[in-house]
Amino acid sequence: MAREINVALIGNPNTGKTSVFNQLTGLKQKVGNYPGITVEKKQGYCLLPRGLKANILDLPGTYSLNACSMDENVVIELLLNKNDKDFPDVVIVVADVENLKRNLLLFTQIKDLGIPTILAINMADQMARKAISVDIKKLEEKLQTKIVLISSRKNTGFEQLKELITNYSLLSTTPCLNASDIDPEYFNRLRKAFPNQDLYKLWLVITQDVNFGKLNRQPLLFPSDFKTESTSNLKRLQQKETILRYLFINEILKKTILIDKVNAKDLQSKLDKILIHKYWGYIIFFSILMLIFQAIFDWSRYPMDFIDVQFAALGEWIKVTLPEGVFTNLLAEGVIPGLAGVIIFIPQIAFLFLFISILEETGYMSRVVFLMDKIMRRFGLSGKSVVPLVSGTACAIPAIMAARNIESWKERLITILVTPLTTCSARLPVYLIIISLVIPDHRILGVFSLQGLTLMLLYLLGFSAAIFSAYLLDKILLIKKTGFFVIEMPHYKLPLPKNILYNVIEKTKLFVLGAGKIILAISIVLWVMASFGPGKFNEATTIVREKTSSQNLSEEAIDAEIASFKLENSYIGIMGKTIEPIVRPLGFDWKIGIALLSSFAAREVFVGTLATIYSVGSKEEETIKNRMAAEINPVLGTPLFNFASGISLLLFYAFAMQCMSTLAIVKQETNSWKWPIWQFFSLTSIAYIASLIAYQLLK
Amino acid sequence: MITIASLKVGQHALIKEISIDIIPLKLLEMGCLPGNEVFLLQTAPFKDPLFININGCTMAIRKEMAKLIEVELIP
Repeated sequence: MAREINVALIGNPNTGKTSVFNQLTGLKQKVGNYPGITVEKKQGYCLLPRGLKANILDLPGTYSLNACSMDENVVIELLLNKNDKDFPDVVIVVADVENLKRNLLLFTQIKDLGIPTILAINMADQMARKAISVDIKKLEEKLQTKIVLISSRKNTGFEQLKELITNYSLLSTTPCLNASDIDPEYFNRLRKAFPNQDLYKLWLVITQDVNFGKLNRQPLLFPSDFKTESTSNLKRLQQKETILRYLFINEILKKTILIDKVNAKDLQSKLDKILIHKYWGYIIFFSILMLIFQAIFDWSRYPMDFIDVQFAALGEWIKVTLPEGVFTNLLAEGVIPGLAGVIIFIPQIAFLFLFISILEETGYMSRVVFLMDKIMRRFGLSGKSVVPLVSGTACAIPAIMAARNIESWKERLITILVTPLTTCSARLPVYLIIISLVIPDHRILGVFSLQGLTLMLLYLLGFSAAIFSAYLLDKILLIKKTGFFVIEMPHYKLPLPKNILYNVIEKTKLFVLGAGKIILAISIVLWVMASFGPGKFNEATTIVREKTSSQNLSEEAIDAEIASFKLENSYIGIMGKTIEPIVRPLGFDWKIGIALLSSFAAREVFVGTLATIYSVGSKEEETIKNRMAAEINPVLGTPLFNFASGISLLLFYAFAMQCMSTLAIVKQETNSWKWPIWQFFSLTSIAYIASLIAYQLLK
Repeated sequence: MITIASLKVGQHALIKEISIDIIPLKLLEMGCLPGNEVFLLQTAPFKDPLFININGCTMAIRKEMAKLIEVELIP
């Protein structure tokens, strides 16, 4: 058995901490959540010299140990709790060579907790170009630790880093700053009240409540004669701590780091002149958005068609090869179409995450925030709402979580409430299939496909609906604006292909496993409900034969009649018929009604549901699209999916709040059932009314 | 009073006393401390927010916040 140690990676945002993690662990990593909260927990391991195994934990980025958000709080909770199974034996603080001063603030705080701390200075490959030189020996001496220069881009310094981790027990744990320097009198009293505790740790526990509000844990038991300080006094002391730390850092860096300012001019500011220019900035941003949408529609169509055809063939093969029976039917008509309904989204989701992670990695996303802040503020949002709104095109769940860094509660709440209106990837398959059924495959000017443009219009509709509702909410909600806006503007970087790749794989995997389970379960339930029924269902053959005996039909036609009779009298048919009066004014039949209902579990279930319903009883295994195109409206005798009903369906999906997981996340992030319930009813009513108007006007 | 909000693009200044009750801790942690150098890199369209460099770090803050941070111009 190898000896195991715990290593925690901590650092400011934008220091390339995650690339260091990827470099150390490779694909030996897993992503989960911290218990009870939705902060992502990334863990992996790496093998060290002398048979040591390091369990590596990638903690959320933070500027200090004074937490303001749930993500940052995770770091402090772990460092304050020696009994946590992940408590680090050694911490690696990842710093960016260009922002060393600010990065060291966090470093000194962690070091003062008495945990062995290694300083890894990342992006060392940039030093020569930026004319930065660091006297490592002297810096090591002053900070009393070991320092390693690394570059995740050039993959240098990692052997040395591993060597340092292996020898972590030799690191000094002397603090950088004497905690009681902050306020000798107050800390003296603390020492007397808690004689056996580490003072700095105690101080962090006390201020954590100040920064973050009350936490669910055992409160500190102050002796009755202890005079507690007021919140504003504690805040003052925290600021004094920060100032003292910076004094210490400035003093050290003056002697150890040299930046030649003359040579430091570079591409960055030139890029910014264009990318956040008052006209060019917007033109470039919207061109990028357009490129993304056009690309997703055109590029992912090929793998999607391929997947669709392959699954149809697989279903056919199962029906032919396996012995006839209930199990074969369940497999061919329930499980396979259900699975197809999950797998078919992979190309699109992968593309979306690819684009979003490129925008994030390059540092461009914060420029977008900067460009959009003033405009977004007019609608009651923050520039930072752009990130949730754009990532909402992938999935509303991570998008709503991304709203956490919005400082003002009102702006954040509005962002959370309107994000589900942006077109998430779960709507995409619904849109794609309906568009391909009801919009002609023309090209305008030989370039823009009409179908692609329709898709883009739907995205724009989603965005405008979100912005417009935000504007209304800003006027309706009586919440005072608080908090302030600050965003780091990191230097532009070429994205590391490895980081992008891991991110895409990880996000796609989470989607397929998460949504996949729901979709698969629902497909099976649907199949069972469509394949069995009460009373008349079981006598279908007799009833249909009697009815059609005079019509002189072929055997095949009679079989088809029996199948459709069975479906209508199955459990699902009965359910569908019951709700049909509600959906008929929107141009839908009962089958679409069922698909709509099951979509409330997750939107992407729609295609799978229709596939399952249509395939039950049908002889040939067809692609999903062909089956839908063949459906006839029983009342009008025209194709069921025509322009009017198609548009109505598209609008319904654009507005309706049909995702249980999103509601759950809204509940969690707003800490109340009020908002998700309110969101559910208002959005779904808007959807119904919009579809109703569209269908009645167009039919 | 000269504040960050009154800087012109490219102008350098030193941060003077900051009022501890208004300026959030986070900004201090990012280097917005008395004596540190600040300069305006660029303004967003509509002149808000401001893209600034404080103490060697680049960040954006809104004008309303910039108005609260008093500075002294470096000639």
